[in-house]
Amino acid sequence: MITGKKAKTAFRLSFSYIALVILTIFCAYPALWVLMSSFRTGDALFSDKIIPTSYTFSHYTTLFDKHPFGVWYGNTMKISIASMILGTILTLLTGYAFSVFRFAGRKNLMSILLVLGLFPGFMSMIAIYILLNQMNLLNTHTAVVIVYAAGAPLYFLFAKSYFDTIPKSLVEAARIDGAGHMPIFFRIVLPLSTPLIVFTSLMTFTGAFTDFIFAKLVLRSPEKKTLAVGLFDMIGDRFSTEFTTFAAGCVLAAVPVTILFILMQRFLVEGLTAGADKG
Amino acid sequence: MQQLAVEREYPEHSRKFRKKAALLSALAMGLGQIYNKQYTKGILLLAFYAYGIFTAITSLPHALWALATLGETETHLKKVGRLYKQVMGDHSIFLMIEGLITVFIMLVLIWMYIASIKDAYRTGKLREEGIQPNTFKQTLSFVAAYRFPHIVLAIPLLGVVFFTVMPIIFMILVAFTDFTRDTMPPAHLINWEGLQAFKELLRNSSWSHTFYSVTIWTFVWAFFATVTGYFGGFAAALLVQQKGIRFRAFWRTAFILPFAIPMFVSTLILRNIFNGQFGPVNQYLGMLGISKAPWLSDPLWAKITLILANFWLTFPVSMLMIIGILSTIPKDMYEAADIDGASGFQKTRLITFPMVMFSMAPLIIMQFVGNINNFNIVYLLTNGKPLNGDFQFAGHTDILITWLFKLSMEQGKYNYASVIGIFIFIVLSAFAIWNVRRTKAFKEEEAS
Repeated sequence: MITGKKAKTAFRLSFSYIALVILTIFCAYPALWVLMSSFRTGDALFSDKIIPTSYTFSHYTTLFDKHPFGVWYGNTMKISIASMILGTILTLLTGYAFSVFRFAGRKNLMSILLVLGLFPGFMSMIAIYILLNQMNLLNTHTAVVIVYAAGAPLYFLFAKSYFDTIPKSLVEAARIDGAGHMPIFFRIVLPLSTPLIVFTSLMTFTGAFTDFIFAKLVLRSPEKKTLAVGLFDMIGDRFSTEFTTFAAGCVLAAVPVTILFILMQRFLVEGLTAGADKG
Repeated sequence: MQQLAVEREYPEHSRKFRKKAALLSALAMGLGQIYNKQYTKGILLLAFYAYGIFTAITSLPHALWALATLGETETHLKKVGRLYKQVMGDHSIFLMIEGLITVFIMLVLIWMYIASIKDAYRTGKLREEGIQPNTFKQTLSFVAAYRFPHIVLAIPLLGVVFFTVMPIIFMILVAFTDFTRDTMPPAHLINWEGLQAFKELLRNSSWSHTFYSVTIWTFVWAFFATVTGYFGGFAAALLVQQKGIRFRAFWRTAFILPFAIPMFVSTLILRNIFNGQFGPVNQYLGMLGISKAPWLSDPLWAKITLILANFWLTFPVSMLMIIGILSTIPKDMYEAADIDGASGFQKTRLITFPMVMFSMAPLIIMQFVGNINNFNIVYLLTNGKPLNGDFQFAGHTDILITWLFKLSMEQGKYNYASVIGIFIFIVLSAFAIWNVRRTKAFKEEEAS
């Protein structure tokens, strides 16, 4: 009886481990393949061996010699960090106002914002393009940052749901003690919201980091381009002839964000579940 | 009785304050406030009023003319002496946007106007009751204390109005015009066309065929993309979290990889991996002696590839969320089930699944809505290809949103694209409002 159960467990576990290994390969393969490709000699996408026989670092140097890769990288970081800071502040404030206060028209306003959030941004791009043109902001990073940050509060629902879980009594107690709205927000609510802040910052950061449609529309000159636009244009122009250089670019673009995500895993789970639990 | 009580409290002769204040405010914004001895507030409002009248006189006629006609003089050549000189005509699109902005400002001013009348009336009423009206300082501190959410929301909302609402209204307006690349301002004028674009798109057989086919595929795609991502994530979560599994953190990190790599990078990589001629997948198949699959070049295969790639990209998010929910399910439920002799499968079906579904249902619907609109993966992976000769500027794997993009950015058919945009918007709003109204975040407030 006992041995039967043990055998069953062992069978279940070994089967699970096989499944886990297969899934791991499935998940990691594209990343590994690009990593390999970026070190492979030659330029072509095609390679007749799974594991390359000779390695080179030249594709990485090509990126900086032949393409303004360093400039693109700097641009992207600048835009992403600025949008992250502005967007996160706006999103947190919006979520907080909706979570803590009750005022006329609040529910309708929330519904409207949620629906607007579903609206794909570039559908209104022509209009934004003209607006930016009128403000003389075309081909500037300021324009991109403003548009990204202005769009961020539409995704306030996660923030609101998270703030809903903070006990109201805490806020009320502070209010009785005479604390104003701003001190309550900064001294009491925010310190309790680390997972939310990390989650929101990560999302706005990656949003700005990875967007390319809008950036492509607004940023015209090569020295203003971002990584996404630069890399996209790279394979758009010379698809199979420069594949390994493109792979090197992908590795450099992906590694920092990937590491950030992996380090922030715990916060991601907490941020996501707070939203999931409350919808 | 009620009437009598009011009469007694406010005899007819003492009700002059509120009426007079409201009347004065109706005459000119701020006068009522000055009459109520709120001088600073009154003067500020009066200044706004002057600005409003100034705008109304200087720009409103022009704005209304601009919106009604979209410009009257076309860019043309004019003979100056012996040379022809180009004379710039009206720029319809700029006129439309400027007109919209002016109308917006006017609406805000009208709203302020009504609010100031109400305010004067209320303050007048307070004076009748013998209460001193607030000084400017008191007003400010009142606003800071009780209008905090309004102040906090003002900046984000301003951004949303300017960069989301106004462009949407603009886009809706474009659907009723003949704005295409051929009538591109400033060389040409744009005209109002009414429902012409709607008729063309829905009635003209070649266009409507594309429209209906693409719509159906959009929904099929969204359904499969959501279901595979969700159940894949569920399975992965159960696999990682089951009893006796070691190195959980390692497996979890490995499975998060697709989510962690920036999407534009991974999708571009996948496009190369599934390359029919040189891609590694087909190469390995070749090594195993299996003939190459037309991953991206055959319509059906391309659709399957798309769903597969989307599965790879999305299951980690579902997995993370479900792992979070799994940890909230009380252990004693499983213990009770063990005592009753339930099998592992029964426990999953009767406890885990309903508990997870309960929390995830609204999010699944939101994911479905998001997938209807999932521009990035389609654009970056297949770009709508393979081409379909029967379609108007769309390929087999194009969903509505990528078709819209192609129509506007590549074909310059802005009015048609706007019609599709309105259609998508209606579908999405219906889903979103229905869903949002049912979620806990909204519901729990009915009670409070």
